Amino acid sequence: MLELKHIEKTFNPGTVNELHFFRDFNLTIDDGAFVSVVGSNGSGKTSILNIICGSIDIDSGSVIMNGEDITKKKDFVRSRKIGRVFQNPAFGTCPDMTILENMSIADNKGKKYNLTRGTNSKKEKEYKELLAPLGLGLENKLDTKVGALSGGQRQALALLMSTMTPIDFLILDEHTAALDPKTAEIIMQLTGKLVTEKHLTTIMVTHNLRYALEYGDRLIMMHQGHAIMDVRGEEKQKLELRQVLDKFDEISIESGN
Amino acid sequence: MALLISVLEQGFIYAVMALGIYITYKILDFPDLTVDGSFPLGAAIAAVMISNGVPAIVTLPVTFLAGAAAGALTGLIHVKLHVRDLLSGIIMMTALYTVNLRIMGKANIPLYTSKTIFDNDFSNSVFGVFGDFETTIILLIILIVVKLILDWYLKTKNGFILRAVGSNDKLVTSLGIDKGTVKILGLSIANGLCTMAGCLYAQEQRYSDVSMGTGTMVIGLASVIIGTSLFKKSKFVNVTTAVIIGSVIYKACVAIAVHFLKNADDMKLITSVLFLIILVISMDKKRKVASEDA
Repeated sequence: MLELKHIEKTFNPGTVNELHFFRDFNLTIDDGAFVSVVGSNGSGKTSILNIICGSIDIDSGSVIMNGEDITKKKDFVRSRKIGRVFQNPAFGTCPDMTILENMSIADNKGKKYNLTRGTNSKKEKEYKELLAPLGLGLENKLDTKVGALSGGQRQALALLMSTMTPIDFLILDEHTAALDPKTAEIIMQLTGKLVTEKHLTTIMVTHNLRYALEYGDRLIMMHQGHAIMDVRGEEKQKLELRQVLDKFDEISIESGN
Repeated sequence: MALLISVLEQGFIYAVMALGIYITYKILDFPDLTVDGSFPLGAAIAAVMISNGVPAIVTLPVTFLAGAAAGALTGLIHVKLHVRDLLSGIIMMTALYTVNLRIMGKANIPLYTSKTIFDNDFSNSVFGVFGDFETTIILLIILIVVKLILDWYLKTKNGFILRAVGSNDKLVTSLGIDKGTVKILGLSIANGLCTMAGCLYAQEQRYSDVSMGTGTMVIGLASVIIGTSLFKKSKFVNVTTAVIIGSVIYKACVAIAVHFLKNADDMKLITSVLFLIILVISMDKKRKVASEDA
């Protein structure tokens, strides 16, 4: 379970751009939940992910993961239990290394990075079996440098890599936003499959309202640092695109977009 | 002949340093100026040890460790005190000047009569048959050992993480590893190699001078850039070999330039002009590739 309690955060303190953004923000995410977060630009969606992962500091409040207060923990320490996929496909993989090398370092997460050989030829078959279902032909390119792959191929690889080792939470930060519609569809299907297979507690930030409705069992709409919509379970299943769009229009007019 | 020997000897010595620069510049993407101080650090330590009768072979591990400590300090300044990469190196480089002076006790130490790693009873009996090439052969052996160890290291799990930090540090954080620690480690290895190169240089030249480090960074960068751009597409020459060849080519260019200008005082100017030419040529290549992609 993941809890954000009484989060306070001011951006650019002491400047003319000072913005007291999160005021007593609270959020609880249950184990096994698949939460979609939507909202316009600057609504605080990605900031929530950054607060959870420790990429930005908060002024006060606490972040609690599985009952443990991790507010003071550094980002890389939190990462041990979190898999994260970024909007930019370049962030989740290492371009100068081959697919095999990339999968090998991801596979070793949580273990020691010592002076033993980095790649293990016995694992190649296993990796190929993971790559083959993607239908992107990556299983025949194990020795290709990842920098030579397309954005979609890299993102698929990044998604696989982030879920290769046991993790408690999967954080998806607009992970389909930089892809063409067809590739985005493939990545979303892979996401759905991985989340169901591995029973991952997932938080997905997206601009695609259709994905937000189609996937997951809870939908949150953010606006100026507040959750102005939070539906789950049966209510979420009944939710229609029209309703979400209307709500979206409402806040957009309000903020002059 | 003397020119060829001198080019090979210097090329091999500076190749050890260039392998270090390869780690900081290419792998870590860290412009590390510490090397201008750690190279003469190696020379200073070697000179003092050898003139006090310590066996020459001992100077290699000792200077590597001293350099690694200097590199670690640069890393700590950058990572823990959040000083910018370039400035961290400059701070260490400046501090090392005094350290080197204190180690030597004076501005320079000649080693004309001391037993060096290239001129001692053992080396003369084993490698004496090579005549004038004795030093070159010994250097080549040391260089190959260093290269093979580095090749092996870059293929280990630890080496993978070092490579990943330079190309995508977000991934390293995602893997639950402190990228700062990895950077410090990389700077240690790199400066260890540079210091070892300084140790070899002092023994080959038979003197150590406190100011001999000026321009080390430029020479290393030039070697790395020549090597990696020449052999970018080659499948048979791996990157560490490319850097070594780059270093020899660079030293040959400098030797030819000095030969025609007949004045060794122009060395540093030639160094920087050559480096500028190399930089511009390699950038031109990149631009062409980029426009082909578009």
